[in-house]
Amino acid sequence: MTNEALIATISQIEAEAETRLGAQYVETFIPAARLHSFMTRIKEDVTLAFDYLFCVTGVDYADHLQMVYHLESILHKHVLVVKVKTDGRETPAVDTVSDIWPTAEFHEREAYDLLGIKFNNHPDLRRMFLDDNWGYPLRKDYKDDIHIVSR
Amino acid sequence: MGIIKKKQDFEVNDYPPVELHEGGSILLTKLDDLVNWARSNSLWPLTFGTRCCAIEFMAVGASRHDMARFGFEVARATPRQADLIIISGSINYKMAPVLKRLYDQMADPKYVIAMGACAVSGGPFYYNSYSIVKGADHVIPVDVYVPGCPPRPEALLFGMMQLQKKIRRERNFSRRKKR
Repeated sequence: MTNEALIATISQIEAEAETRLGAQYVETFIPAARLHSFMTRIKEDVTLAFDYLFCVTGVDYADHLQMVYHLESILHKHVLVVKVKTDGRETPAVDTVSDIWPTAEFHEREAYDLLGIKFNNHPDLRRMFLDDNWGYPLRKDYKDDIHIVSR
Repeated sequence: MGIIKKKQDFEVNDYPPVELHEGGSILLTKLDDLVNWARSNSLWPLTFGTRCCAIEFMAVGASRHDMARFGFEVARATPRQADLIIISGSINYKMAPVLKRLYDQMADPKYVIAMGACAVSGGPFYYNSYSIVKGADHVIPVDVYVPGCPPRPEALLFGMMQLQKKIRRERNFSRRKKR
């Protein structure tokens, strides 16, 4: 599917999505409440068939946090980037996609570990690398006067 | 090398006063030499590599550089059989208790070489890092520091031989020379 056809199809199945062509891939912003149903839909749709989640990223944008999912279809050879904003940075939470793509289970644990984004319905949301009382070191406002020598 | 005659030079709990001379007795000095010769020429390192310096460490163990020539015969995978930790790579705060435990599990005498910038001082992770210990000597005592990022195998071999020199100067049985 070409990028133009992909943009048209995405805006057809999800009215609230803001879809545009990014620097490399087609990017779409999805409201956090609609994420799980949208992801299920684009995986099971035979014309889209996004069966490969190859990158899960958490981003800290000062006023909110964001999750970025890179999806590819092995069958159709097209790529889509799905972005979800969390509401605020106090209790950021989005739905898990680990029941759709099992690879997301570890990726989401990592995002929880380093950025503190909670994933609703995640089967095993524990810290992955750091101790339980560590804090979220990849956040921009992370402070540690003992361990960090800042420059 | 005069014989000490004055009584106030003797202390009550001094180490065995077999033929007290300045600088210790001939018998025990020679015993020291023998022990140090054995220890310094049979230093088995622990298989311990935390980052890319471990690759250089492996190169030192492999056939081209071959640390076995100098008595670092074989890297042991258990601290019980090792005499030496070569900290090859950065130590992060989660690894630090593990390193401490490995050091505690080793039998005395035990030695530590900090290999590379990370183990010496935190290296490139010194600034703005939340996870890297700023030098392995915050965790365990270090005998020899080998700088470099990573050090050449020759540099590590030089550091290991410096450690051998240090061990050969140790006094285990005889008394230290009075100054």
